[in-house]
Amino acid sequence: MLQFGRSKAIAILLVVLAGLFAAAPNLFYDRVERHNDAAVLVERGLPLSDGQRADLEGWPDWLVSNLVNLGLDLRGGVYLLVEVQVEDVYGEIMDGIWPEARDTLRGLDGVRTVRRQPADPGLLRIRIDNPDVLGAAMAAMRGLEGYALLVSSVRADTLEIALSDLERRELDNRTVEQSLEKIRRRVDEAGTREPSIQRQGSQRIVVQVPGLGSAEELLEIIGRTARLSFHPVVSDGAEDQTVAFDQLLLPDVDMGGFLVVERSAVVGGDELVDAQPSFDQNGLPAVGFRFNAVGARKFGEYTRDNVGRRFAIVLDSEIISAPQIISHIPGGAGQITGQFTVEESARLAVLLRAGALPAEIQVLEQRTVGPELGQDSVDAGRIAAIVAMFAVIVFMMASYGVFGVFATLSLLTNVALMFAALSTLGATLTLPGIAGIVLTVGMAVDANVLIFERIREELKTGKAVARAVEEGFKRALSAILDANITTLIAVVILFFVGSGPVRGFSVTLGIGVVTSVFTAFYVTRLLLSSYIARTRPKTISI
Amino acid sequence: MRLLKLVPADTHVNFIGARRVAVIFSAAAMLASVALFFVLGLNFGIDFRGGTTMIVQTPQPVAIADYRVAVRDLGVGDVQVTEISATGVTDKNQAMVRIVEQGDDPEIQADAIATVEDALEEAFEGLTVLSVESVGGKVSNELILAGFMAVFFAVLGVMVYVWLRFEWQFSVAAVASLVHDVIVTIGLFSLLQIEFNLAIVAAILTIIGYSLNDTVIVFDRIRENLRKYKKMELPELINQSVNETLSRTVVTSGTTLLALFALYIIGGNVLSGFTFAMIWGVVIGTYSSIFVAGLVVKWLGVDRSDKPSSKAGTQFADIDA
Repeated sequence: MLQFGRSKAIAILLVVLAGLFAAAPNLFYDRVERHNDAAVLVERGLPLSDGQRADLEGWPDWLVSNLVNLGLDLRGGVYLLVEVQVEDVYGEIMDGIWPEARDTLRGLDGVRTVRRQPADPGLLRIRIDNPDVLGAAMAAMRGLEGYALLVSSVRADTLEIALSDLERRELDNRTVEQSLEKIRRRVDEAGTREPSIQRQGSQRIVVQVPGLGSAEELLEIIGRTARLSFHPVVSDGAEDQTVAFDQLLLPDVDMGGFLVVERSAVVGGDELVDAQPSFDQNGLPAVGFRFNAVGARKFGEYTRDNVGRRFAIVLDSEIISAPQIISHIPGGAGQITGQFTVEESARLAVLLRAGALPAEIQVLEQRTVGPELGQDSVDAGRIAAIVAMFAVIVFMMASYGVFGVFATLSLLTNVALMFAALSTLGATLTLPGIAGIVLTVGMAVDANVLIFERIREELKTGKAVARAVEEGFKRALSAILDANITTLIAVVILFFVGSGPVRGFSVTLGIGVVTSVFTAFYVTRLLLSSYIARTRPKTISI
Repeated sequence: MRLLKLVPADTHVNFIGARRVAVIFSAAAMLASVALFFVLGLNFGIDFRGGTTMIVQTPQPVAIADYRVAVRDLGVGDVQVTEISATGVTDKNQAMVRIVEQGDDPEIQADAIATVEDALEEAFEGLTVLSVESVGGKVSNELILAGFMAVFFAVLGVMVYVWLRFEWQFSVAAVASLVHDVIVTIGLFSLLQIEFNLAIVAAILTIIGYSLNDTVIVFDRIRENLRKYKKMELPELINQSVNETLSRTVVTSGTTLLALFALYIIGGNVLSGFTFAMIWGVVIGTYSSIFVAGLVVKWLGVDRSDKPSSKAGTQFADIDA
């Protein structure tokens, strides 16, 4: 039977109506977007200005308000792909283990001196003065708690400690997760709109921030590790000076020159609970901070015991100031002064509040699109889509007459369904995505063309109109399915192997393939069968 | 109303008869493409080569030569400036600036970008930077690999599908015509030195999908006719199948080309390379499904005996016939 049963016909109509309903908000993009922004504020319990209240009422609540997300290439913004240097963390862990390892080894019978030897970062190489107890020393090192360690001997009196592979993998994972969290907090603190921060693969993070004008702006927020720590100063230093293993030679950006400081910090930035921009007694920009209870106690004790000595405030391996301890500082609050501008102190406060990145990040890829260019692309894409649709419609009507009208209706339905699917899935429309839509407009008629050509052939064999149309649909099915499944295979591969914009293209093309088969087989057929049932034509021109 | 008919209702073009011309044309085109690829090479974009591209806009027209003077001797290696042809709505004074990759350190690249930006802003008043894209060498190598993998798996996936639905001869023929299309497309990109980037890989994959679409329609008809005309000679049968589907092939290619030309002319410069690849792909895909695919099936021959074993590879072929 060519005609659908009543229930099936109603089901098809419902799908089409639902599609139109879901696609509709995209026609009023600005209005709906403002409505959604205002709705978010209401949800968070924030007060609305009069303008925002008008925005909220600009689109009725009972209508669907899902929109197609515009990609960064269309609305402008910054895309960054960064890699977390997870190996950085290994070295720190080794530094952390060293005091405990040293004390344990010293406690062994027959060991008098224990020395740390230079080694690659991530390795802890220790030399003891008695080769006879190396076995026992290694066993003791394996027993250190906290991490799964690999202990090996490199010489008769020297052993080497490294993290096990499993431990490294877990650590990598944790480092990336923490970095992601910290980046998210920093971007949120900076107050940008709808940032997207996602992990990609094992070591990478993709940061997308719409509306930003330059990548540098974003990198100033997320690019710095912002690790703050307080170290006792040992002595003045000079460039190229070699220092002992438990010391560091760092540049002093405040006063110039170099200082030698102890490697292990008194207190670290992870014990900060708050940081705010402020001004020092001379009215210069500074950053005020507060420690948590543990940090406050450590800092208090240290300042009490070391009055008169200097300590260095170190940010990302640079000394930003090295004041003298004038008196005991209880209470755990303090102020960092240095060569700041007001802006820098405000930014530093944000970074310190959000917390340090566990490891450095390296930028692998950056793409910035200005909002102007994005708008141009949207306009160009929209005009191209309309022109393409118009041209295809004229062509179809010229070729297939009244059948072409049906194909046109089904093409329009197809475009509506595509937008409905994209909005409902929350997919992101990119410039290649628009190309996908335009291409689908061209290809979507293919299913209709196949059916119509079949009907022509069937008519030529002398069949009655209704019978020919029915046969046409039936016989075109296998070709249409084969053709579209092969396209889908390519689309699926594009989706999984492609990245960024290519993915956007594959999503729209894939949705287009599915909706075009649906519209050809159900919508066109529904229209055709109703037309034939109503007019009962004896002959038909196709 | 008289309807437009691009293809007469009943055609008997002897496509298989014209095989000599097609074989010579295709073989020559493929050989030339391979030669062009090795002699001229592809003009890889930053996606595959690493480096930076910037799009800048000025209030007044600026000659490309003036740009070149402005970016000379900045100490950041070769800086190329090319004009962006005015297409559609973007009839503005825009130019594309390319900076080579400075090495492994991303910070040095960032400095180079800033240097070029400053130099341009100083030289041309009111210049704005519309977009900056920068890809590091590490990522670009991965992208090349991913691109190859995508094309390879797409061809493989298609091969398996066609083999399941038809017979192995068809599968080989389909893949042969795909490889033909891809090689000739790469040859054209080498010849014209159009920038080859990720979007072009996407275009090639779409061409694969499209060309296959066409080929499968023809195969579907060949399969149907094989059942219908058990006695007809294979060349004649293939010819008839191509003729029967010719009208559809031309109409679909026509509508797709209409849409693509709209995009190419109006869609702006960002998409022009992509759309160009697609237009070419539709043309070459249509050609290959008419000439190449059928020809390969003819060469390989089809097992037309009714032995059950000959149906081994076609167990899904009847589900909807």
